[in-house]
Amino acid sequence: METTELTVNGKSHRLEADSRVTLLDALRNHLGLTGTKKGCDHGQCGACTVIVEGRRINSCLTLACMHDGDAITTIEGLGEPGNLSDLQAAFVAHDGFQCGYCTPGQICSATAMIEEAKAGWPSFVSDDLAGPDALSDEEISERMSGNLCRCAAYPNIINAIRQVAGGQS
Amino acid sequence: MKPFAYARASDPADATAQAAADATFIAGGTNLLDLMKLEVMAPDRLVDISRLDLAEITETDDGGLRIGALVTNSDCAADVRVRQRYPLLSRAILAGASGQLRNKATTGGNLCQRTRCYYFYDTAMPCNKREPGSGCQAMNGFNRIHAILGASDSCIATYPGDMAVAMTALDAEVEIEGADGETRLVPIQEFHVLPGDSPEKDNILTAGDLITAVILPPPVAGKQIYRKVRDRASYAFALCSVAAVVEMDGGTIASAALAFGGLAHKPWRDEDVEALLVGKKPSAELFGKAADQLLAQAKGHGSNDFKIPLTRRVLMSVLQEATDTGAAA
Repeated sequence: METTELTVNGKSHRLEADSRVTLLDALRNHLGLTGTKKGCDHGQCGACTVIVEGRRINSCLTLACMHDGDAITTIEGLGEPGNLSDLQAAFVAHDGFQCGYCTPGQICSATAMIEEAKAGWPSFVSDDLAGPDALSDEEISERMSGNLCRCAAYPNIINAIRQVAGGQS
Repeated sequence: MKPFAYARASDPADATAQAAADATFIAGGTNLLDLMKLEVMAPDRLVDISRLDLAEITETDDGGLRIGALVTNSDCAADVRVRQRYPLLSRAILAGASGQLRNKATTGGNLCQRTRCYYFYDTAMPCNKREPGSGCQAMNGFNRIHAILGASDSCIATYPGDMAVAMTALDAEVEIEGADGETRLVPIQEFHVLPGDSPEKDNILTAGDLITAVILPPPVAGKQIYRKVRDRASYAFALCSVAAVVEMDGGTIASAALAFGGLAHKPWRDEDVEALLVGKKPSAELFGKAADQLLAQAKGHGSNDFKIPLTRRVLMSVLQEATDTGAAA
């Protein structure tokens, strides 16, 4: 058993768990934060995306015990009913989902992705490595390619993200 | 996942000592944990190196860059010095994986990532890489993503990465600290190995060896291009990729460094192809000869036969772009 101190959505937790427990399973099964979803459990679908120390990662592909002392933000930490984050509200306004299973991962991913773009990070589709001035739909698609939506709500997901990121269609 | 003991390394010497005693390093973990869940890999002990002080990019005395082994793919691709001086490397990294994975994947770990051969991943199948001597199911099976160059009778797996392909064209060196505390530099072309009779070996690392950095030589003149062809527009491994650094002198090719991904068990480089180009005026005929040279020994295995003409076209297209000086024809 490993003892791990995690700060999740501003709250400290002391986790006692087997070394094999992924961050995803720790959040869902040990801390009861089931907003973060398990899709493929192999880093391919992005449903498990959370923000660790400011960076979006696949929580299924990392061990909880490797995150001792880390600050983690999950979908529950971004907003709540009556006090939605801008992206959460935009996903509702633009109908950016059907079944909703990928949505927490989409929103956590997009939240951090917008910060990456603000920091000037280029993407594979950026013409200039200096980074894009605004997030075009092509830029949003490329930067969000680690988040699959089996319902294929992609056009509305892009609309929601573009509204918050202030990009142009 | 099989049970394992977990320990955090306090410094590189501690890490190499634990690894010499049969522990497996974990840093980003994006490839290793995937393989452990499938029990393709089942280490008894993991030594966590993710907090070692190896996450800096620093200038070298001769004007190059030293990329610490724990610099994430995201940080390397976004580093202003890398973007300005080695755009090829930024482009190659950004062509791989997803934003989430690049935030975790490290420079050293990326060099060590395992093949995506379907049969290597499927423990119900024989695989000489996973279980030496058990056979190769890919050879006569579904082998769309497999090697056309440098394969052997025991393995036709490919090295799947993008980053190392760019580093190969840039003549990078891999800095390795051994269990004896000695640090050595290995040209990246010699880091990955061909499968031969021992496909279980991906690279030259031996027990206790810790990659501590990748050293990029001073930037070279010329156009840098990374072209990747894959089955999806994003988040897919290369069927064929070309990393090119080509310098023109007037109307002739002054120098050319070319590395290829998705074709072999390692990033592929062929000095004869480069020599054939240097000093010549660019033309479709010359590029065709370069492709002939590159693919002279190429061998398809059925589903991957298409890679031979595909590679020819990608190489010719990249050379066309790389040698286009913008002058009127």
